[in-house]
Amino acid sequence: METLVFALLNGVIYGLLLFMLSSGLTLIFSMMGVLNFAHASFYMLGAYFAYTVMGISNFWIALILAPILVGGIGMVVERYGLRQVHARGHVAELLFTFGLAYLIDEVVKIIWGRTAVDYQVPAALDFPLFTLYGAQYPAYRIFILVVAIFMLVALWYLLKKTRAGLIIQAALSHPHMVGHLGHNVPAIFMAVFGAGCALAALAGVIGGNYFITDPAMAVQMGPIVFVVVVVGGLGSLEGAFIAAMLIGLLQTSAISINASLADIFGFLGLSPDSEVGEITIASMGPMLPFLLLVVVLMVRPRGLMGDREV
Amino acid sequence: MNSTRKAVLAAAVSTVALAASAQAETIKMAFIDPLSGAMASSGEPAYQSFVLAAEHVNAEGGVNGDMIEIVGYDNKISPKESLVQLQKAIDSGARYILQGNGSSVASAIIDAVNKHNARNPGEEVLFFNYAAVTPAFTNEVCSFWHFRFDAHTDMKMNAITDWIAARDDIKKVYLIGQDYVHGEAVAAAAETQLAEKRPDIEIVGNELHPLAKVKDFTPYVQKIISSDADAVITGNWGQDMTLLVKAAADSGQQIPYLTFYGGSSGAVAALREGAIDTLYQVGEVSVNMDGTSPEQDAMVEEYKERFPDYDYYYHRAFVALDMFAAAAEKAGSVEPIAVANALEGLSVDGGYGTATMRAEDHQVQQPLYITTVSSDVTYPVDNTDLGWKLVEGGIISADAAMEPTTCSMERPE
Repeated sequence: METLVFALLNGVIYGLLLFMLSSGLTLIFSMMGVLNFAHASFYMLGAYFAYTVMGISNFWIALILAPILVGGIGMVVERYGLRQVHARGHVAELLFTFGLAYLIDEVVKIIWGRTAVDYQVPAALDFPLFTLYGAQYPAYRIFILVVAIFMLVALWYLLKKTRAGLIIQAALSHPHMVGHLGHNVPAIFMAVFGAGCALAALAGVIGGNYFITDPAMAVQMGPIVFVVVVVGGLGSLEGAFIAAMLIGLLQTSAISINASLADIFGFLGLSPDSEVGEITIASMGPMLPFLLLVVVLMVRPRGLMGDREV
Repeated sequence: MNSTRKAVLAAAVSTVALAASAQAETIKMAFIDPLSGAMASSGEPAYQSFVLAAEHVNAEGGVNGDMIEIVGYDNKISPKESLVQLQKAIDSGARYILQGNGSSVASAIIDAVNKHNARNPGEEVLFFNYAAVTPAFTNEVCSFWHFRFDAHTDMKMNAITDWIAARDDIKKVYLIGQDYVHGEAVAAAAETQLAEKRPDIEIVGNELHPLAKVKDFTPYVQKIISSDADAVITGNWGQDMTLLVKAAADSGQQIPYLTFYGGSSGAVAALREGAIDTLYQVGEVSVNMDGTSPEQDAMVEEYKERFPDYDYYYHRAFVALDMFAAAAEKAGSVEPIAVANALEGLSVDGGYGTATMRAEDHQVQQPLYITTVSSDVTYPVDNTDLGWKLVEGGIISADAAMEPTTCSMERPE
């Protein structure tokens, strides 16, 4: 029981963080039809900006300022980078974001150094909130949960209930029509790209100090974010949400399972002492998202909620 | 270019070379370890330790008049990248390789050095391993070209299991480690030694997690808590050490963590007061012990002054270079084979006891210390007011720490 509660709680928090990261990516994909390889780099920038802003003011200002700054950088990248490359087709765009990811990586190393920076959880949130089955639960994790849910609701409201959301959705699927109706489609694209980057940065701000803020964080997070987007269905926010939760829960609950492959497939004659049989579910945790990716691509190439083929 | 000009040029070059050889030469030592990324918090302080140790050797007249130069090569903790860097280092003239973080890397380097030396007689290189502790390196796969300046897993585990054996309140032990050869060796040593010394102790968990990939240890810690363990044994290092104890502190866990590398920078800072009497480590260094020499204390202070981000921890880097200097002087040469022969059986007095290089397997023999975190210390760490203090009965003499070896190495004639 306690295992289940902890796995659920941790899984939901991790899943929401993943969703925060991938929602921007999937929005940008459905808009431009191009996977933004630099997306996880904006997540890293968010964490580093927050660290620097926190150094001169406090965490709460960083929480607001860092995503805005990164969103601004995102808009500049779209306006003066991607838009120019766009005319040369998708491959050029892909290569552009690929190069951008490396560029951001190197810039971060030059400015903040090659080792992890000491980006701390704010003192006001650094206390155990409650005790569950003998383990204290840090308040900051619940704070992550609250921010993520707030963001989720705000995003849903913006896209589904406002006029701006209506235009964005229309521009995603029928950009020419929206343009003919008199809306400034390039400006919408720029805003969405900026907002997507800002969301990734927000994930960096609240995730960077709980985990670790180092130049490798973008490289380590990148593949998982792509898995979320592809499993969820390219361009589908609902799909990204389901996939993020699924992966969050899968990964954290796998760690708490003690069984080995032999325990599960023992009836097929798999011996617990064999090379394969002694692999535990817990040690397979990091592999599960990619297993999910492969399986989904095989049985449902559109992804869970996607409406077009990958 | 005509032939006379060529001859003039050749003459000029050789004159320059002659002039250079008359002066003090530099002995290049290549430091190959993570200097960026998640594990740089282990590589960087080690690099700085070697740099400082080299400066001290050089300041005292160098090695037979030659100066040591430490050159850092970033291997990003990948064995593959390490071999590229190793080749680069050898090509640039380094005859001594320093590496320690990661037995997977050390294993690749031992292999590459063996091959290089077999193929390039007269251009041999030596590998000074200052931290890769897999026992096999000085047993099954021991090599004449490899010297280890750190106590290996079984030696350190002996100290830990002795401490546990004396504690009757510990009935359940949880093992957690990194999923590669080092983590496996730690778990295996703990299992066999506990079964021998305290058969009543139950091992309630034996967990391996991916190396340098886990960002959040909370699920692991919650698993440890629900297993009702009385103590945890871990060989984790670098970020995996820091994040593990950070998650333990956040979960309010208050049981002893017996570690090889609790001194990894940031671990004490993550636990703060919670580290007192919960975080233990076994190693060759004990800076707050009574009776250390003023020179050693001065070195600890100088290190902190030079590198304020880190603390004096890699004592073995200093031991390694002191032994190298002594061996080169004894041999009257800095040629690797002569140095290697002179190193065998050599003893030097370090700040925390005498270190002897055992000739049979090239495993250093030195006293080990079990230390724990305390607020009553002269030299705190992590820029807190806490530091490592010797526990009662925490001195394990070099003889007591000694382990037998199965090594039978091939020596060059």
